[in-house]
Amino acid sequence: MSTTMTSSGSSAAGGFRAPVTDQEWSKIGKWGGLCVLALVLVSLIGMPVGLDRRILIHPVLSLGYLSLLWIPLVMGSVVSRHIELEGVESPEPGGRELLAGALTGLIGGAGMAVFILALDNFNLRDPLVNWSPQLLELLTYGRGIGFGALAWILACVLLGLVGSAIHVVPAGLRRVVSHSFFGLLTFAVLEGAISDLSEGFGLEFLTDSIYAKRGGLTVVWSIVLAVLIGGVSMLTKGRLKAAKADYGALQGPERKRASRILFVSVALMTIILPLFLGTIMNELLANVGLFLLLALGLNIVVGLAGILDLGYVAFFAVGGYTTAVLTSPDSPFFAPELHFAVTLVIVVVFAGIVGLVIGAPVIRMRGDYLAIVTLGFGEIIRLLFMSDWLKPYFGGAQGITNVPGVDLGFVVIKGTDPRSVFYLVLVFCALAIYISWRLQASRLGRAWMAIREDEKVAEAMGINTVNAKLLAFVVGAVLASFSGAVMVAKVGSVFPNSFMILVSIIILVVVIVGGMGNIAGVLVGSFVLIGILGGPRQPGLLHEFQSFKLLIYGALLVYMMLQRPEGLVPSARRSQELHQEEFLQDVWLKGEEHEQEEHEAELHAAEAGGSEPDEGSGS
Amino acid sequence: MAGRVSDGAIHHFAGGSRLTATIERKSARQVSKVDRFLTLIRVFLVTLIVVGILAFIAQQVAPENPFARWRNPDAVGLTGDQFKGLLMSGLSQGAMYGLIALGYSMVYGVLGFINFAHGEVFMAGAMTGFIASDKFSQTGMWESNFLLSLAIIIILAIMVSTLTAVLMERVAYRPLRESPRLIPLITSIGVSFFIQNAVMGVFGPSTKSYPQLPQWLSKQRSILTFEIAGTKLLVLLVAAVSMGGLWYLVERTKTGKAMRAVAEDKEIAALMGINVNRTIVTTFAVGGAMAGIAGILWGLLFRSVTHMTGFLPGIKAFTAAVVGGIGNLPGAMIGGISLGSAESIAPLVILEPLGVPGVSQLKDAVAFTVLVLVLLFKPSGLFGEQLSAEDRA
Repeated sequence: MSTTMTSSGSSAAGGFRAPVTDQEWSKIGKWGGLCVLALVLVSLIGMPVGLDRRILIHPVLSLGYLSLLWIPLVMGSVVSRHIELEGVESPEPGGRELLAGALTGLIGGAGMAVFILALDNFNLRDPLVNWSPQLLELLTYGRGIGFGALAWILACVLLGLVGSAIHVVPAGLRRVVSHSFFGLLTFAVLEGAISDLSEGFGLEFLTDSIYAKRGGLTVVWSIVLAVLIGGVSMLTKGRLKAAKADYGALQGPERKRASRILFVSVALMTIILPLFLGTIMNELLANVGLFLLLALGLNIVVGLAGILDLGYVAFFAVGGYTTAVLTSPDSPFFAPELHFAVTLVIVVVFAGIVGLVIGAPVIRMRGDYLAIVTLGFGEIIRLLFMSDWLKPYFGGAQGITNVPGVDLGFVVIKGTDPRSVFYLVLVFCALAIYISWRLQASRLGRAWMAIREDEKVAEAMGINTVNAKLLAFVVGAVLASFSGAVMVAKVGSVFPNSFMILVSIIILVVVIVGGMGNIAGVLVGSFVLIGILGGPRQPGLLHEFQSFKLLIYGALLVYMMLQRPEGLVPSARRSQELHQEEFLQDVWLKGEEHEQEEHEAELHAAEAGGSEPDEGSGS
Repeated sequence: MAGRVSDGAIHHFAGGSRLTATIERKSARQVSKVDRFLTLIRVFLVTLIVVGILAFIAQQVAPENPFARWRNPDAVGLTGDQFKGLLMSGLSQGAMYGLIALGYSMVYGVLGFINFAHGEVFMAGAMTGFIASDKFSQTGMWESNFLLSLAIIIILAIMVSTLTAVLMERVAYRPLRESPRLIPLITSIGVSFFIQNAVMGVFGPSTKSYPQLPQWLSKQRSILTFEIAGTKLLVLLVAAVSMGGLWYLVERTKTGKAMRAVAEDKEIAALMGINVNRTIVTTFAVGGAMAGIAGILWGLLFRSVTHMTGFLPGIKAFTAAVVGGIGNLPGAMIGGISLGSAESIAPLVILEPLGVPGVSQLKDAVAFTVLVLVLLFKPSGLFGEQLSAEDRA
C-alpha cells in the first residue's frame, strides 16, 4: 500500500507523467515472474492436457487452453492496477498502464517459450509426470516449436494488454465487455444444464444450434450471444440497481408483499424446474442440496458463533451411521429396520448428544486449539467406524449396505430417482434455511454474534457464553446429521471413507467463499462451488475438474482470506467488522487533510531540515 | 484483568449488587454443569488408562491371571524384547515428530497462530529427498557413496523446505499479520490443501519408494541390551544433532536473541532495532529446515512418501508441540518423543489388555486422544507454554 502511495504521489507531484520508475519496473518484473511461474505450474499439474477435452467454443477454445490463458490476462490487469486511496490523487490511467500489461505478458510469454523449448529438448518425465509429448503438442498447437513459442509470446502480450486495458477504457465499455465475456463463459460452462433444461421444455433445436456436436458453443453463436448479452447489459444499465434500491425503499406492508411475491416465485421455480431436468442434473442438484444443508449448519457454528469446527464431518457421519444402523436389514449388530421418519427423530437426538459430548470439552479452549481438537475428533470418529474393534457394530471398512430408501407410501425416495431425492433435500434445506433465518435475529443469534466478536465482552454483557456455544454446536450437529441421513438413504450404503476430513474442509470453503454468517452467501457458495466444481466425490458441472478441484478449493480459500475475507455475498455486519481498519483509515485520512495545512505551516515555521514527518505512519 | 473490569462495569451500570450476584450465581451454576461433565470425562479416561495398565501388568505377571483374562481371554503379554522394540520405534518416530513440532512451536511463539501447512513443508522435504535419492540410485552413487549422497539429499531437502516455508510466509501470512488469529489459520488450511494437490498434480498420486538402504546401515545393532535397527539409530542421532544446533542458534547467537525478543514482544523488539520482518522470515526458515530434516528421516525410516505424507505427521507434530507446551522448544522435542512412544506403546499396553481387537489401527486415534487429554488436564503443556506478551493476556 505504501509503495503505491509514494509512486502515485511522486508522479502526481511532477504534474506530467514521469518515465517508468524503478518501482514500476520491479512491479512488472514481479508480476511477470509470477505469470511465468503460474503458467509453468498449471502446465505441469496437467490442467491443459486434462481439461482439453472439455470444449468451450467449438474449434477455438477448450477449457485446457483457458486454464492457461486467464493467467496473463489477470496478471496484466493486476500489474496496471492502482489502489485508490482516499485523499491521494491517483493519476489518470493511460499508455503507461498498457505498456506495463504488455510487458508483463511479454515476460510470461517468453517464459512459456523457454518452457516449450525445454519440453522439446529434455526429458524430465521421471519425477514430473505431466512432462509429456501431449503437453508439447498442445502447447505448440501441433505446428512445431517455433510457431508455438511465437504464438505464446504474442498471445500473452495481447492478453496482458487486454488485461491492463480494463483500467484504461471507460467504465461503461468495461462493464459491457466484461458482462458479455462472463455471460459467454457462463453459457459455455453451464452447457450441460442448459441443454438438459431445453430438452425438458422440448426446445432441443435451440441448443442443438447453439452448441456444437462435440460440445462447446459454435463460433457463430458465441459471437451472437456475446453481442446479445452486451446489448442486454447496455439496455439494463443501472436498471437492476434501481430496482434493488426501489425494493429497499419499500416500507411496511408493501415491502412485505413484495418480498412475499419474491419468495413465492423463487420457491415455485425450485419446485417446478427439476421436473424439466434430466437425471444427471437432478443428481447434481441433490448433491448441491446435501452440501447446502451441511454448509448451513457450519454457517451457524463458524459464521454466527465464530467457532472454527474442523471436525464438522463427525456429525455428518453420526447422522449417516445412525440412519444406516436403524433402517438397513444388513446392519451387523442391531437392525430394527425402522422407518426413515422414526429414524430421523432418533438421529436428531443422537446428533444433539454427540454435539454436546464433543462440544463440552472443547468450548473453553482457545479458538485455534479448538479447531485442531475438533479436527482430531472428526478423525477419531472415522477411525473408530473403520476399526476392527467396532466392526461388529458398524461393519468396519466395508460399512453398512442395503439401506432402504425413504418410503412415503405413494413413492419410495431412492438414489436411482434423483428427482425425488432432490425434493426430499429441498424440504430439509427449506427447514434449515428457516431455522437459520429465525435464529439469526433471535436472542440466541445475537448472543452468538456477540461471542464471535469478543467473548469476554459478551460474557460481561450477561450472555451465558458456555450455553450459547454449546447450543451452536448442537444446532450445527443436527443440521449436519440431517444431511448425513438423507445422503445415506440416497446412496443406499455408508462407508467410513465418505467422512474424511476433506469433507469438513470443503464445507468450510463453501461457507467462506459464499460469505460467512450470511444465508444467501452460503446458498451462492454451495451452488457455485458444489454445482460447478463438485463435492469431495461428487462431480459438478465441470466434471473434468475432478482431479484438480481440491487444488482449486485450496487456492480459493487462500485467495478469499487474503482478498475478500467477507465472501462473495458478505453479511453486512461481518464485512463492517472485517474492514474496520480501512474504515478507520478513511476517517483518519479525511482528518489528515485538515491537519496537513497546520502541519505544513508548522514545518515552514520551524525550517528544521532532516526530521521527516512521521515516516512509519503507513504501517 | 479485563474480566474484572467489565464485572465492575456491570456492577456500576446495574446500580446494585443483586443483579451482579444473580449473574454470577447463574453463570457459576451453568459452568459447573459443563465442569461436572468434564470431570466425568477426566475420571473416565484416567480409569481407562489405569485399568488398562493394571490389566497389562497382570498379563505380564501371569497370562492365566483372571484379571488379565477378564477383558482379553487370549492375553499373551509382551516379551521384554518386544517392548523394547516398540519403545525404540516410538522414540525414533517421536524424534521426527519433535523436529516437525519445533516449526509449529516457533511460529506459534512468534506469530501466535497455528501454521497448519507446516506438515506440507515436511512433505516437501521428504519428496525432495525421494527425487534426489532416486536419481542418485539410478546413477549408482547411492550405493557407491551412500554417506555423501545422504548429505546431499539432506541439504537439498533443507533448501526446498526452507524455501517452501519462507514463500508461504511471504505470500499467505505476511498480509494477514494483524488480523484475528483464526484468519491465518484458515488461510494455512488452504495453503496446505493447495500444496498437497499441487504436488500430487506435478509428481503424480502414486506412492514413491526411497531406494534400498545399504545393509551396514539398516542391520540390527544392539546397544545397552536394546536391539535397534541402524536406521532408527541414525534418525535419533540426526534429530539430536539438529536439536543441538537449533538450541545453539536460539540461545547463543544474535539471530536467536532477536527471535526470542520478537516472540516476547514484536513492537518493543522493533524499537530495540530488530528487523521484525526478517526475524519472522528466519523463524519460518529455521522451522522449515527442521521439517526438511524430518522429511529425510521419514524417508529413511518408512521409505515411502506420497503427497499426503505431511497431513497426519503434521497434526501429530502439532499435538507434540501442545504436549510440550507451545512456544517451548525443548518442550516440543520432548513432547514429540513422548507422543511417539505413547502412540507406539499405548495400543498394546492399554488397549490390547482391555480386549480391543486390531489395536494397531487405532494408533492415530491414540495420538488425537493424547491431544484431548493434555488439553483437558494441562492446556499449557507439560513444560509450560512460552507465548508472547500479547497472547498471554
